[in-house]
Amino acid sequence: MNLFKLRGGVHPQGRKELAEKHAIRQLPMPERLFVPLQQHVGAPAQPLVRVGDQVLKGQLIGAGQGFISAPVHAPTSGRIAAIGDFSAAHPSGLSSPTVTIEADGLDNWLPTRSVDDPFALSPEEIANAVGAAGIVGLGGATFPSAVKLSLSRKNNVHTLIINGGECEPYITCDDRLMQERAAEIIEGVRLIRYAVGATRVMVGIEDNKPVALREMQAAAAGTEVKIVAVPAMYPMGWDKQMIRALTGCEVPADGRTADIGMLVHNVATAFAVRDAVRFGRPLVSRVLTVSGGAIATPANLQVPIGALVEDLFSFCGGFSQKPARMVLGGPMMGVELFTAAVPVVKGTSGVLALTQQEIGSTQAAPCIRCSNCVRACPVGLLPLELAAHIRSGDSGAAVSRGLKDCIACGCCSFVCPSHIPLVHYFNFAKGELMEQERGKLKQSATKILAEERLARIERIERERLEAAAKRKAAREAKKRAEQMSKMEVA
Amino acid sequence: MKTIAHSPHAHAPVTVSRVMLTVMLALLPATLYGFWIYGWPAFNIWVVTLLAAVIGEAFVLRLQQRPVRPVLSDCSGLLCAWLLAISLPPWTPWWIALLGSWFAVIIAKHVYGGLGQNPFNPAMAARVMLLISFPVEMTTWIAPLDSAHAPGWLQGLAVTFTGAQVDGMASASLLGHVKTEFTRGIELQQALAGYYAPLQALWGNRAGSMGETAALLLLAGGLFLIARRIITWHAPVAMLVGVFVPSLLFSSINPVHYAGPLYHLLSGGLILGAFFIITDPVTSPNTATGQLIYGLCCGLLTWIIRTWGGYPEGVAFAVMLMNAATPFIDHYVKPRIYGRNRKGDSVSLEPVKKGA
Ligand code: SF4
Ligand code: SF4
Repeated sequence: MNLFKLRGGVHPQGRKELAEKHAIRQLPMPERLFVPLQQHVGAPAQPLVRVGDQVLKGQLIGAGQGFISAPVHAPTSGRIAAIGDFSAAHPSGLSSPTVTIEADGLDNWLPTRSVDDPFALSPEEIANAVGAAGIVGLGGATFPSAVKLSLSRKNNVHTLIINGGECEPYITCDDRLMQERAAEIIEGVRLIRYAVGATRVMVGIEDNKPVALREMQAAAAGTEVKIVAVPAMYPMGWDKQMIRALTGCEVPADGRTADIGMLVHNVATAFAVRDAVRFGRPLVSRVLTVSGGAIATPANLQVPIGALVEDLFSFCGGFSQKPARMVLGGPMMGVELFTAAVPVVKGTSGVLALTQQEIGSTQAAPCIRCSNCVRACPVGLLPLELAAHIRSGDSGAAVSRGLKDCIACGCCSFVCPSHIPLVHYFNFAKGELMEQERGKLKQSATKILAEERLARIERIERERLEAAAKRKAAREAKKRAEQMSKMEVA
Repeated sequence: MKTIAHSPHAHAPVTVSRVMLTVMLALLPATLYGFWIYGWPAFNIWVVTLLAAVIGEAFVLRLQQRPVRPVLSDCSGLLCAWLLAISLPPWTPWWIALLGSWFAVIIAKHVYGGLGQNPFNPAMAARVMLLISFPVEMTTWIAPLDSAHAPGWLQGLAVTFTGAQVDGMASASLLGHVKTEFTRGIELQQALAGYYAPLQALWGNRAGSMGETAALLLLAGGLFLIARRIITWHAPVAMLVGVFVPSLLFSSINPVHYAGPLYHLLSGGLILGAFFIITDPVTSPNTATGQLIYGLCCGLLTWIIRTWGGYPEGVAFAVMLMNAATPFIDHYVKPRIYGRNRKGDSVSLEPVKKGA
């Protein structure tokens, strides 16, 4: 198949060799699981259990609220030990509402209902099953999948693209999943296609994963699913990049992929969809990669949601040397972890323990205008110019030059010979802008409140006056009536 | 409190000093060749220029109370001095090299705010300054040495530091010679006869600056830099085209008066300029398209100055002129943002069928 020309991107050292040969193993059930109620984009789930409750594996413990939200299920059977704040997988070290489960070691499933022929279900039923299973984008975006499905149906999506572009260095979980569970993934892909009514379906896999390509091709033979090898580069896994590579189309800057009739899902999501629709099993575990130069034995693990990162590290034999940095996710876009006592969530594709050598030096020097960053940016921005605007405090100019289009992929920082933390600047400026906008919203909210209050006071005043007038009228009427009756009497 | 380390948590193995050192490596063959054909004085000039740059840079940094070591270790000052050194006449007196070097690093670079801030290429700025201020010293060339005339080490020192003369060495550069002959009303073919052989020019075995003339070695260095992705092909190719096309056009119309493309491509500092000077990141545009425009204009201006200007060589002037135009080019030539048209508006919902 013809591939389309791509722009920008970098070729970081893959470092996938650390983990790619290791088959997926099951993490032994930890004694305690810490399941955050917010593991997705949108509103957090509402807890449905109380401390002391017994739960079964797959039982609903948090209900999704609102249109964009996802439910949360118990990843194993056991007792609810606590519901409260626990440090979340976020660099701020902020905590979020979390359900703590004491595993009973039995790992008993809630009785689930299997479907023999999932294609006999209606598309709505499939979307509902996906929503009830709490599936979110497992590539890291964690957008509730059911919402995406129903939006896609509304927008008449014609092309389904499955993203097998696992472009982050070190991370190999999707690669392993494709190698080991190709048939299941293809079934999931076909279910999604059926659910949205797409006519074309393509799986893009980077050509540095030959085994995965072969397995997926074999599994897709004779189906409507087309497997396409795409060049290995970062950020191939950016959904818009994948769309451009496979179709040559561009998503409008102000639009969504659905606007041009396309839907992108990740391979791991397709796998989870199949589990949910065929076996009624909610998303309670995921495959992720534990890797990095400081890990004794890197691995790809099937991990229950809520397991602590430190559990993963100790299962992998601990550290071979003191890690200089722990990272949640891949090295290009992942966030630094200050503590390993944070739980794995649905969107966790990997945890890394990196050595200083792997991170590289961080001493920043002045910009030499070498345009490495310009050539690397897949979006077509001028990172050096944006950074200059931000440094001089002019984020307005940065916005007019596309700051909001920046996807924080890190390509520019990666190639900068002066080691300027460009992404840091951009995230900082974006954060500031968000603050400002929130401030503006707050201001307008206050204004609305104030206006409402004024209106209320006016209304009350008016009502009081009206009431007084009525009373007065009534009094006068009464007086008149009395006078009249007096007159009659007289 | 520990600060948050920001993504990415990996970095390509590039640093500023590595970039500069790679460029120096690419310059090395042509420079060594220059030492070989022009002898010890050429080497002396090179040493003086580089040393002066280090001292000058350390001095200004002290003055500004900035740390000296990190700035010096980025090697940009050394590279700048190196470029200046190989564009000086090889037997020029030491104080020319010293003045030029200080002008380059102190005035043309640090006065503007140091690396990355200078609008003009410091080496070219220094060369132009020297050419205007000391026209005699800057245009006294020597012919390549033969072993009978090659000065020994001591004699070389005398040439550089006391201005001692060695008989029968003075010569004119090719471009200078042709220009002089023209002013005397001698036609091109005659002027070139016995003075110019393309093959010789290829090797640079003739009078000129120490590193400029070795076209082939410089070209090899330039290709090496492209292969190492230190520079891209855009600006160099555009500059060569900018010289090639008009010279071909005019020489085929009037071969008596206008020199052909080969003569232009292999003369003076064109190859050095195309691969090492206009690819200076600081003073050239940011985008590929911008670099094409920039290179093309550099080439055209070079040819125009050579052909009609008062100076025989135009590379340095052309580069300086285009340096001044760089902010202008960067303002108008910007890449298209994904999902937007060139004006910055979101593309319509119609699929864009083209790549970047
Ligand atoms: S982080 Fe932003 S500016 Fe940098 S390369 Fe990625 S999209 Fe471009
Ligand atoms: S990569 Fe770094 S040094 Fe080069 S232009 Fe961009 S910001 Fe400047």
